[in-house]
Formats: sequence, C-alpha cells, structure tokens
Amino acid sequence: MWKTILRRVLIMIPELIILSILVFLLAKAMPGDPFTGSINPRADPAQIHHLMAIHGLYDPWYQQYWNWVAHLFHGDLGMSYEYQEPVVDLIQQRGANTLWLALFTMVLTYGIGLPLGMYAAHHEGKLQDTLVRVYTYVTMSIPFFVVLVIGIWIFGYALNWFPTSGSVSAQASGLGGTVLSRLDHIILPGLLGALFGTVNIVQYLRSEVIDAKHSDYVRTARSKGVPMKDIYRHHIFRNSLLPIAAFAGYSITGLLGGSIFTEMVFSYPGMGLLFLNAINFRDYTVITALVLLYGFLNLLGTLLSDIVLSIVDPRVRVE
Amino acid sequence: MVETNNDQFLSIKNVSTAFKINGQFYDAVSNVNLEVKHDEILAIVGESGCGKSTLATTIMGLHDPEETKISGEIDFEGTDLLKLDEQGYNKVRGAKIGMIFQDPLSALNPLKRIEDQIQEVMVYHTKMNEKQRHARVIELLNQVGIEDPERTAHQFPHQLSGGMRQRIIIAIAIACKPDLIIADEPTTALDVTIQAQILDVLRDIQRENHAGIILITHDLGVVAETADRVAVMYAGQIVEQGTASQIFNEPKHPYTRSLLRSMPQRDNENDELYVIQGMVPSLQKMPKAGDRFAPRIPWIPASAHEAQPKMHDIGDNHLVRCTCYKDFYFPDQVKEGAGHESN
Repeated sequence: MWKTILRRVLIMIPELIILSILVFLLAKAMPGDPFTGSINPRADPAQIHHLMAIHGLYDPWYQQYWNWVAHLFHGDLGMSYEYQEPVVDLIQQRGANTLWLALFTMVLTYGIGLPLGMYAAHHEGKLQDTLVRVYTYVTMSIPFFVVLVIGIWIFGYALNWFPTSGSVSAQASGLGGTVLSRLDHIILPGLLGALFGTVNIVQYLRSEVIDAKHSDYVRTARSKGVPMKDIYRHHIFRNSLLPIAAFAGYSITGLLGGSIFTEMVFSYPGMGLLFLNAINFRDYTVITALVLLYGFLNLLGTLLSDIVLSIVDPRVRVE
Repeated sequence: MVETNNDQFLSIKNVSTAFKINGQFYDAVSNVNLEVKHDEILAIVGESGCGKSTLATTIMGLHDPEETKISGEIDFEGTDLLKLDEQGYNKVRGAKIGMIFQDPLSALNPLKRIEDQIQEVMVYHTKMNEKQRHARVIELLNQVGIEDPERTAHQFPHQLSGGMRQRIIIAIAIACKPDLIIADEPTTALDVTIQAQILDVLRDIQRENHAGIILITHDLGVVAETADRVAVMYAGQIVEQGTASQIFNEPKHPYTRSLLRSMPQRDNENDELYVIQGMVPSLQKMPKAGDRFAPRIPWIPASAHEAQPKMHDIGDNHLVRCTCYKDFYFPDQVKEGAGHESN
C-alpha cells in the first residue's frame, strides 16, 4: 500500500509543475492591468508604464514565471495589488474562515446524508423511501443560489435567527464569545450548503445499498444463516460506503476552495469571495496564487481519494 | 452425523412458488413433489427459466415474502421449513442446508478475506473459538483441493481464479457439515477441465459427509456423470423423474426425449441437432390447464394429452407427467438415437 501512495505522490510533481506554468500564463493572458483602474484616471500613462516596469511586468514571461516560482519556494506569493497585503496573509485569514465553514458543512452533510441514504435504501420502494427521494429531486432542481437567497430571507431577515453577513461579530469579545459568534455565522450557510451536499450522498448511497442488498454475496451471506441486521453491518454498509469514501477526498478539497455562491450571498469573507474579487480587480498575484492552490487542492483530493480507496478496497492496492 | 437409514430426509410436497408481477402472482414453480435421500445426488434438469433455481431458493427460504407466495410443504428432518420464521430459518441455513451458487465471481464479498468469509458461517452455527475456526478453515480448504490453504485464507476473492473461488464457495457450503447441499449450477461459469474437478470435489464431500445433494443444472453431461436420480423440469413443473439410467436409457416424456436428442452426439456426425420448436411461455402466459409442453409438439394430437396432466408411475418409481408420451414420436421419423450413448 505504501508503494501505491508513494507512486501517486511522485506523479503529483510533474502535474504541479505543468499546473503552475498554465496558471501563470493564463493569468498573464487576462486583459487589462492592475493599475489602470486603481489610480487617478487622469494620471499620466507614463506613470503606469513606470509602475509596470518596477513590478517587472514587462519582463519576458519565463523570467516572470521564474521569479514567481523562486519566491513561491520562500513562502512569498507576492503582494496583493488590491489589498496591499502579502497574498500569504490574505489566504491565511480567508482560508481559516473557509476552513471553519467547510468543516461544519462537511460534518452536517455526511451526518445527514449517510443515515438518510441508508434509511431510504432500507425502506426501498416504500413511503419513507419516496419521501427521501422527493426531497433529493426537489433540492436538486432548485438552483443553489435561489435556496441561499430564500434561506437568508426566511431565517436571516424574517425570523432574524441568524446573522446574514460576515464571519464574526465585531462586538464579540473573549475567546468563548468569538467562537460562539463564529459558530453563529456559519450555522445558516453551513446548513444550506449541507442541504445541497446531502443530495448527492443520499442518492449515491441509496443506490449503492440497494445494489448491495440484491447482490450475490449478500445472498451467499443469507444462505450462511447470517441475520439480515448483521448482513447490513458486515457486508452491505462497508461495501456501499466505498464510492462515498472515494468521493469524500474530492469534496473536502472542493469545500476548502470555498463556495463562491455561499460566500457571495452571505458576504462571508472566505476564499471564494477573495477569488471573485481578485478576478474583478485583476489582482494577478492573488489569482495565480489561488488558482494554483485550487489546483493543488484538487490533486491532493484525488490523492486522498486514492489513499482512502486503497485502504478500504483491496482490489485497488498495487501488489 | 452418519445416519444409517436411507430414508428421505427432505420431502417437498406440492410446493408452488409464485412471483408478484404487476400486482398479480404467477407460478414459477407449480406443485412440485420431490424427495431426497441421504447419500444421493438428485439432479434437477431443465432449461433456463424452468423454475429449477427458484425451487432451490424456495428450499433455502431466500425469497422476499412480500414479492412471493409459497405454498405446500417442505419437510426437512421433521420440520416444515415453510412454517419457520426468519430466525428459525437462519438456524437451518448454513448449518443443515448449504448452498453453492452459480456465479463464483460475484457470490463472494470482494472486500473480505477468504478466511473471514468461510469463518462467518461457523460464527453463527458453532461454538468454536477463533483458533478452532481457523483450523477448520484450513481443513476445509484442503478438502476442496486448495493447494496452499494458509496463503489462500488470507487472500481476497479477486486474487483467485474462478475455479478456486468456486471451491471456496463449496467450502463455505460444507463448513458446518450440512445434511443437504443445494448446488445451483455449480459448474456453469467454469471451463470444462475445472468443471470435472469441481464435480469430483462435490462427490468426495458427499461420500465423506453422507449428505444429500440437489444438483441443479441444464448440463445433461454433468447429470450423466454425477446424478443418482434425475428430475426433469419444464415450465415450473416436474415432467419426468427417475433414476439416472431410467432417464438416460428409457426417457419417456417428450420433453426429456427432445432434450436428450438436442445433445450433440459423437457417433451421429451427419445428423443435424434436434431443435425444440417454440419457446418456454413466460410466467404470465402460462396456460392454466392442459399439458404445458403441448404447444411445442404441435404434431401430437390434442387428444393424446391429458386435460390435467398427472404424474404416472410407470414402474420402479419412474414418474412421467401426462399420458402423451405413449403417442409421442419425432416429426421427421428419424430413428431416435440420442441419449443412449451418453452414459
């Protein structure tokens, strides 16, 4: 199994190099420059040229790329033109916000999705199953941002149960107060995100469990005289969780990237919102850093999925 | 374990199994009567969809009670299996009746080690501890002809060949020395050389355990090689039943004769293979009365068939359904030669 993991990690190196070059070139190819919009429109174009030159933006691309990579290895992703802060600091702040929201959403998603999927499959074809399926179809057919807007309107404004924006209240004081306030801010977006995330898991798991239920190896287990509840425990659950476990790797990193919709609607200062603003402001350094990070997270996600799979599924292991 | 009397210990009386299709029940097995004795291999033969596997899963109690309706009586060592609840059945399955399935590729859990899959049956039916169970696993693997039992025990199904997996399934079925083994097409998924080995293993085990075996197959060659008695099934009914030699040497029912005749024969090289006309009717289209095989031998006049075909004992417990066998002939009048040489 270590061999499998080592091989997968080694494959990641060239993937990362190619990714970084592509990311860098794509960012360069975007129209506009970081200065035109941010200084006095009547300013002398010569001044902009001067700024561009200082920042090395006239150098050939490979030289710029090389500078960027050299700095990257020193943990320096450059300064954000827009925020005038080191990109690393920006990502750290925003990343922490996103991490809390992501973890909370993840726990809720799996906490609701797994039992619900099992429950539906267990009652296959019955009323309970139909209700769960209606829930999944309805949720799937409403666009996510509509759910978010309706959710924020009902629970944020009409009922006034939860704050509608930000990640922590300015009035919060002390460690306990801060934690509570943070929690207060992620409950609603987390719940709504989970409402959506569960749909995939429920449908996936439901069909997996039903498949397993009718599989030949379950019939074999029954012919051994194993009671059905033990068959669920020893055979059906583990086998059905396989694709979910593989999927979990992706979804963790997906959530860490931040949900642009959720963060937009809730004005939640996370990675998604940072990314969106960076694009709007042509904040190259931030864009390249974020795209690279997302790419890296994706690679990490597939790696994680492969590792999880190789642990739970003996067929995947390299002998 | 060894019972000296040779009496039947399984007797199936008037068993019908009906499946629910669009809210209505249709018989897949209808009014089957069968007996199995210790130390004997009873083969149930018939083409796909004739109800032979359904009969097997009925005996094992593997049908969803909401989707099936089962009637009749399955008397097994003094208890009527059909009256057992799930809990009671679980004490029989695996312990007293072992089942071998058709497809060794999918009948094992891909995520569990061979050892765990064999041990599982002992966990539920014996008081053996882990160590004793392991010893028994190794013993069983030896018995079914696995060369390196210790190694195989720790492997996963995907690391084994089809033949080896089928041996594992046999090992599971016999782990608790059941009195009855139901083998549902145990060799269908295997190539011919492996088939012969598996059949040998089955025969050896039967001799050692004095078990009765129900061997379900559509392969007449397998039947000829292994069975003591044969029941031929067509469209959910048994149409002929007798000893292997009665069935192969003096087949009576038109269906049995047609089946034997559609087997390739070495000494009849110039003959075209016989093809039975038409198809087995689907469950919904099954005629309510009359001989179910009649539509496939249309040249036999309707008057030759019984209105409600019964089983007739034509001597020495050789049973044939319907009296039409007396008037049956093959349409082209070619001399009936198939089957006689197959033993």
